[in-house]
Amino acid sequence: MAVDSTDGTLFPPDSGAGPELIQLLTPEGERVEHPDYSIDLSDDEYLGLYRDLVLVRRFDAEATALQRQGELGLWASLLGQEAAQIGSGRALSPNDYVFPTYREHGVAWCRGVDPLNLLGMFRGVNHGGWDPRENNFQLYTIVIGAQTLHGVGYAMGVQRDGSDGAVVTYFGDGASSQGDVNEAFTFAAVFNAPVVFFCQNNQWAISEPTERQMKVPLYRRAAGFGFPGVRVDGNDVLACLAVTRAALARARRGEGPMLIEAFTYRMGAHTTSDDPTRYRSNAELEEWRLKDPIERLKSYLHKQGIGTPEFFAALEAESEELGKRVRNGVRTMPDPDPVSMFAHVYADSHTLVDRERAEFEAYHASFVDAGEDGH
Amino acid sequence: MAPAESTGTSRQMSMVQALNTGLRKSLESDPKVLIMGEDIGKLGGVFRVTDGLQKDFGEDRVVDTPLAESGIVGTAIGLALAGYRPVVEIQFDGFVFPAYDQIVTQLAKMHARSLGYVKLPIVIRIPFGGGIGAVEHHSESPEAYFAHTAGLRVVSCSNPVDAYWMIQQAIASDDPVIFLEPKRRYWTKAEVDTAATPDPLYGSRVVRPGGACTVVAYGPMVATCLEAAAAAAEEGRELEVIDLRSLSPLDFDAVEKSVKRTGHLVVVHEAPSFLGIGAEVAATITERCFYHLEAPVLRVGGYHTPYPPSRVEEDYLPDLDRVLDAVDRSLAW
Repeated sequence: MAVDSTDGTLFPPDSGAGPELIQLLTPEGERVEHPDYSIDLSDDEYLGLYRDLVLVRRFDAEATALQRQGELGLWASLLGQEAAQIGSGRALSPNDYVFPTYREHGVAWCRGVDPLNLLGMFRGVNHGGWDPRENNFQLYTIVIGAQTLHGVGYAMGVQRDGSDGAVVTYFGDGASSQGDVNEAFTFAAVFNAPVVFFCQNNQWAISEPTERQMKVPLYRRAAGFGFPGVRVDGNDVLACLAVTRAALARARRGEGPMLIEAFTYRMGAHTTSDDPTRYRSNAELEEWRLKDPIERLKSYLHKQGIGTPEFFAALEAESEELGKRVRNGVRTMPDPDPVSMFAHVYADSHTLVDRERAEFEAYHASFVDAGEDGH
Repeated sequence: MAPAESTGTSRQMSMVQALNTGLRKSLESDPKVLIMGEDIGKLGGVFRVTDGLQKDFGEDRVVDTPLAESGIVGTAIGLALAGYRPVVEIQFDGFVFPAYDQIVTQLAKMHARSLGYVKLPIVIRIPFGGGIGAVEHHSESPEAYFAHTAGLRVVSCSNPVDAYWMIQQAIASDDPVIFLEPKRRYWTKAEVDTAATPDPLYGSRVVRPGGACTVVAYGPMVATCLEAAAAAAEEGRELEVIDLRSLSPLDFDAVEKSVKRTGHLVVVHEAPSFLGIGAEVAATITERCFYHLEAPVLRVGGYHTPYPPSRVEEDYLPDLDRVLDAVDRSLAW
């Protein structure tokens, strides 16, 4: 007899439409007010957010295409999650530090990381390879949730330095089940670390729905650890910006961590290797398409008459240019010299690595010699 | 090591006191050094290695953490990225595994993944090995797991003098170091001269010269092998005992040099023989000394069983008789 492991219904089907959802811009592009969070942007700031959203979507689409063309081994698309990433990313100050998963291309964009740098690991020419200190943007982390502890540790360092920085660590709904994430919550809470836990609940951990990860809405988990948790409309760039700003300000004031659940949706596959048609319905996808983060801001801009035709035309051209740069950049990205695998195993020299590198070089040099001998 | 003169800078210390003094020196000399772990503050650690440090350096530098080993190592990584030099205490060998992913997947690889841009100067202290009559998970020897992982350095002290210097050298290293402390030797004493010039961290040391057979050990087994060598000397056989001190990198050159003179090699550790440090030493020394060896390299180690209940641990752990038995077999080959 099959065991009813689901114990009947899980928490009431969670459409994300409850009163706890913080929203400042509706899917129809209407500005709404919220008692706790507000935002006042200039026209240029609205247009800046719109530009970010459009360009990261373009970058993402280009990367997906490059994977299909065999130029990348894999790509983890952020399609649908642009507002969560741009909103939170644009809330950051230069001194703040980001600990991303492997899907934070929009946050990387906000930090000024060259998009081509993000593609190296997906092409297979490195495992990250950028200097995290240059943009205060840590390397992508693939093992789910591990980076949340690094973020909390970094925040503990910020506390000791007495600096004005704060940390945002990203993770997903699936990661919220990980021990590391729960340990990160515990450490952050008891040490009152200046860290914001930004969870993009995109509803799916590859094929597993949120019902397989949790019995209560995700944001409510924070309460059990002793810090506030809120749910924001993850497809509303304004709300994501306002809430992340508030959480960062709170952290800087020494009031400790906060959990933000950005309720959003992964419109694409988990990665280019995934086939979401095996586990989710088209109807669900269509429902979320109506909540598209870019369309709603575009609609708002049009209604308000923000942005000239020249602006939109220039953005279109910039988008094309970005696509071209990414395409060419990836296609001409050189493979690493094989001997470079020995280069940074340790910070200081290590006799075993030194010996193996010498043997490797001698082995390869032996073929070169054979060639010169007339073969 | 310069001989310890009886001067004002020299005093008797147990290994626990030597580690404590070494940690204190590091905390004093570098404000970025932090110590983190379970029960290391007021209690001073279950073995008292950190006794008094929190009182003198404060709760921000000697940090009692939540009981979560992955959390301890994971946050230590973040602190290192923020410019600190965390020294993590894992309370017992068998408790390191909840942190295994953070150590092996995150800590060990991050320098390479960043193409050298970030450094992870983290020391993970682990009291290891058996012989103290403990309950399960308190007597294990996990060194092979870590030595097998590129990006980690693995060292083990065998005496108070090395404990004092090696912990400071490990903390000064820009690479992550797994620092294995032989808990059954915590209370052995020696004269430690804090003004001496220490040997390099990653080199081995001949702790007893001899020409009949080379015996290689590290950590808790060095004392056992020295006892065996003393017993063998009474029978007129001089064993050359080498304390490896570092397991990654491993000082094969010194072992090679010795074996080329003696023609015999026995490797001793508490960890299971199968795929252990001894297997690597045997393979490498066989490659390097094939025509000098008069017998195969022999290993004396733990068995391929879970660490046994303490009432029978003496039958699991290599002792003087098992070391001498292996020496006898090698010499009679």
